[in-house]
Amino acid sequence: MILVLLIAVMFLGGLLAWLSEFLDPRLPRVVALITVVVDMLLMLTLLGADGGASPWVASVQGDWIPRFGISFFLAADGLSVLLLLLTAFLGIIAVGSAWGEITERSGFFYFNLLWTLAGVLGVFTALDLFLFFFFWEVMLIPMYLIIAIWGHENKNYAAMKFFIFTQVSGLIMLVAIVALAYFHYLQFGAISFNYEDLLGVELDAGIAFWLMLGFFIGFATKLPSVPLHSWLPDAHSQAPTAGSVILAGVLLKTGAYGLIRFAVPLFPDASAAFAPVAMTLAAISILYCAKVAFAQDDLKRLIAYTSISHMGFVTLGIYAWNELALQGAVMTMLAHGLSAAALFMLAGGLQHRIHTRKMSEMGGFWGQVPRMSAVALFFTIAAVGMPGLGNFIGEFLALLGAFQANVTLTVVSALGLIFAAVYSLWVIQRVFHGEFRGAGEHAAGLTDLSRREMLYFAAMMLGLLWMGMYPQSFLALSAPALQNMLAGSGDFLAATVAGLR
Amino acid sequence: MLWLMPTLPALGFLILVLTAGSLPKRAVAVIGAGSVGLSFLVAALAAVAFLNSGEDAVIQTLWTWMAVGNFTPGFTLYLDGLSLVMILIITGVGFLIHLYSTGFMIDDPSYSRFFSYMNLFVAAMLILVLADNLVLLYLGWEGVGLCSYLLIGFWYDKPENGYAARKAFVVTRVGDTSMAIGLFLLFAQLGTLNIQDLLVAAEMQWAVGSTLPVVTALLLLGGAVGKSAQLPLQTWLPDAMAGPTPISALIHAATMVTAGVYLIARTHILFELAPSVQLLVAWIGLITLLMAGFTALTQHDIKRILAYSTISQIGYMFLGLGVGAWSASIFHLMTHAFFKALLFLAAGTVILSLHHEHDIFKMGGKRKQLPVAFLSFLIGSLALAAFPFTSGFFSKDEILLAALEMEGPGVWLWLGGVIGAFFTGIYSFRLVFVVFFGESKAHHDDKEQAGWVMAGPLYLLMLLSLLGGFISIPVDSVFSPGEAPEEHHVSALIHGIMIAVPLIGIGLSYLFYGSKTLSVEKLMAGSFAQGLHRFWFSGWGMDALYRTVFITPFLWLARINRNDFVDACYAGIVQLTRAGNALIVRSQTGMLRWYALSLAAGLVLLVTLGVLL
Repeated sequence: MILVLLIAVMFLGGLLAWLSEFLDPRLPRVVALITVVVDMLLMLTLLGADGGASPWVASVQGDWIPRFGISFFLAADGLSVLLLLLTAFLGIIAVGSAWGEITERSGFFYFNLLWTLAGVLGVFTALDLFLFFFFWEVMLIPMYLIIAIWGHENKNYAAMKFFIFTQVSGLIMLVAIVALAYFHYLQFGAISFNYEDLLGVELDAGIAFWLMLGFFIGFATKLPSVPLHSWLPDAHSQAPTAGSVILAGVLLKTGAYGLIRFAVPLFPDASAAFAPVAMTLAAISILYCAKVAFAQDDLKRLIAYTSISHMGFVTLGIYAWNELALQGAVMTMLAHGLSAAALFMLAGGLQHRIHTRKMSEMGGFWGQVPRMSAVALFFTIAAVGMPGLGNFIGEFLALLGAFQANVTLTVVSALGLIFAAVYSLWVIQRVFHGEFRGAGEHAAGLTDLSRREMLYFAAMMLGLLWMGMYPQSFLALSAPALQNMLAGSGDFLAATVAGLR
Repeated sequence: MLWLMPTLPALGFLILVLTAGSLPKRAVAVIGAGSVGLSFLVAALAAVAFLNSGEDAVIQTLWTWMAVGNFTPGFTLYLDGLSLVMILIITGVGFLIHLYSTGFMIDDPSYSRFFSYMNLFVAAMLILVLADNLVLLYLGWEGVGLCSYLLIGFWYDKPENGYAARKAFVVTRVGDTSMAIGLFLLFAQLGTLNIQDLLVAAEMQWAVGSTLPVVTALLLLGGAVGKSAQLPLQTWLPDAMAGPTPISALIHAATMVTAGVYLIARTHILFELAPSVQLLVAWIGLITLLMAGFTALTQHDIKRILAYSTISQIGYMFLGLGVGAWSASIFHLMTHAFFKALLFLAAGTVILSLHHEHDIFKMGGKRKQLPVAFLSFLIGSLALAAFPFTSGFFSKDEILLAALEMEGPGVWLWLGGVIGAFFTGIYSFRLVFVVFFGESKAHHDDKEQAGWVMAGPLYLLMLLSLLGGFISIPVDSVFSPGEAPEEHHVSALIHGIMIAVPLIGIGLSYLFYGSKTLSVEKLMAGSFAQGLHRFWFSGWGMDALYRTVFITPFLWLARINRNDFVDACYAGIVQLTRAGNALIVRSQTGMLRWYALSLAAGLVLLVTLGVLL
């Protein structure tokens, strides 16, 4: 029941936040903060939970539309719990970052924010594929509104692009879901959308390939992976900061989660055969987007491209499909969730202060805003993959595991470590080092981080340090879940090799 | 007790960062230098305990860093003779440099930031040399690289400093990535990254000269040449002199740049399994030491001369590693740390006293005004040039003798090393004669700025540079367990050559720059000589080469594809849809006969298709 409660709290909190605006326009943010904090506290009870013989630490199952084999099936294992915690944590951060920034129609804003989070929580726990798709849509539409209403100068274009990319790829996935349920009908005489039922469906190699591709397109668009990535830079540069935090920190991770939970386990052989292609796309994402990032002048666009580059390590790790690589992918998801969110908050903070995202109008800020600069340096070197911080653990494990699956693509991807240094240090140079550049008419607005902001950043820094110095807390939680899925998918590596022939 | 060593400076770093410059300078100095001093005390105690225990190694596990399957690297410290030498150098020389810096940096507004980075560096460097597994070593390895970046770009308002810092980080990262791939390969093949375990496993599983050890040794070598500024990744070090001078002494002379030497020595068994790579190490060392030596001869900037000299001396260490003289290389690492730190700190005193003048030809006759710096330079240069019975003499001697004893190319390696020593004598004393002798050229009245905090470390380092050759380092149990220490048997002629050659170099230097009996201008008159000078001065054109081959194409690619052509493809689809839409809109004319006509045409088309198929 706890899982239902988690999602219900978010939905209800969203409604309450909207309504509370009519009492006082400053009330919604308080309601929203209480909601996410309560949700996070509820989640902590999952940490001690023990599912016994079941792979799930918590689950709930009931009929929904029995005629079509659709059930209300929520369940969480260690992997889900980690991502739920990440969602709630970044939810708190997002509310915090919106605290002073969102002043118009704040009730509706927090309604959308919390409903997006509710959708994400649903996605991370739904194990009925129809229900999963329902939540997939729930998180899309409020996010669309957040960009379209509270975004920046080019918000309509960006919001529409985000909507079309996600919607089209989502529909392709829906077709694959329905087809899979239909094949369950052909084999067992009943339609089912239940994940555990569908794992047992046996498919022709040809059909499995097309269905797997449907899932892959749905998830790879969200991730995103080259060549389905081009909605992300626009969405990020136009979204309000809180939107970027959720988008980069959490929404992208639903794509990766979908690959781990559904795309590979449902179609292990097809995925194994497809692995070289997926890993190639990952390597291209890593290098290509690092290169494009380097050329950007818009700070948020740059961070958006680096996000795609870093998510390439996640794809690489997932399609290597061994424990090391998967743990690396999961750690990268968590660490990148924090570091990218923090970087977007810094870029958003700068934009709020000096009304520009253009780095050509910045420079030498260290002398003016030393605290902000030091914080930015921290998250930049985290993103570069400095050992001792979470991102290193993720990328190192992903590469270490991927090396055992595909040497060439791993070596190519590892070159991304060099490019990451090139663009990251270039950002530090252009914004914080060098001679002070006036930042135009708004230079007076350039103030250092406030106490409230420092609080959020400190929390994220501690999180990254924890992940980097003692990742065992996280690895231990996801290990049983990942081992379970590995055991269910047979000899992936052998199938990959067979697929290559 | 081992854990205290890196923890103390790490704590210093934390305190300085969290107080964010709000502490008074005196407190910063006490924390910054004191933490490293305490760390040195701990290291000294550990050394005494270790040497008395008779153990080969002491291991301390702090916690398991991560455990995934059979991959379980720990935060585990490993102390043996090799790491013992390293920690004593790092904390000992490091403390002296910290002490010196408390005086040197006193007028800098970012005093606290400086010491926070310095402390972080020492902590990372200690982890590097104490790590019992390659992942933890990599943590230290990247950590020192980060601090190097931060400290080279310490005066961040000058864009060229930022450029030098980024260059250092990126160039070394190329090597680091090679090393990381080496780690992946080692783990995939041997199933562990614990250094001792993997060395044992490698010896058991791999045949000498087979592909796997060759490839892994090459990949690790990539990391080593990056960090230690050897060919072909040496280009970052001369530019790294943009940082404050104590940084050059600590990071870019005494400790971090020798990490590559440490790495190879630490994994020497892998290199012994790959004799071709080991020989490559020797040749890289030789070529680097000659190239850098020639370049040092042409530089004007006092710090760049020392930087090239560092590259050259690390070349000797690589030469030693390549011929299997592991302990001689580590010995040279130690003596070099003494005399090069001395030279850099003395150069700092000169630069500070001359109001940040770097050009040696704008100095001159400074031996009376700057007596401590003069004495330091004299002793440091004697050790650098391997003057008999100074510390550098013993260590360089051992390396060259080991090269000579090697079969095959050993003679050539030896000869190259001796030629290098000749040039070392010339360029080191060129510096001494030009700066401290002749007539004074600076216009302002210069006084030596050296309180006891700056002079004290200089005197101690002078002592070490003179007498450091008599220290014996306890590394035999690491490199040759169970073997008797080898004796070199060489003829008096060889010894005579090796003693005489640097002296001839010094003498030649005197004739050119001291007495001016010989004229540099005459030597430089020919166009060939000038061309050669330009070529050497530019560091053999390596920067220009990399600019053409790597940087320019990358910038070009970045520029032409700023807007991401993938996005342009989607924009193309949108355009196409719009155009199609416009086309169809136009067909809606509202005229009945057009509709009737198209209906009929469609019907005809369908019927025809039906008939045909």
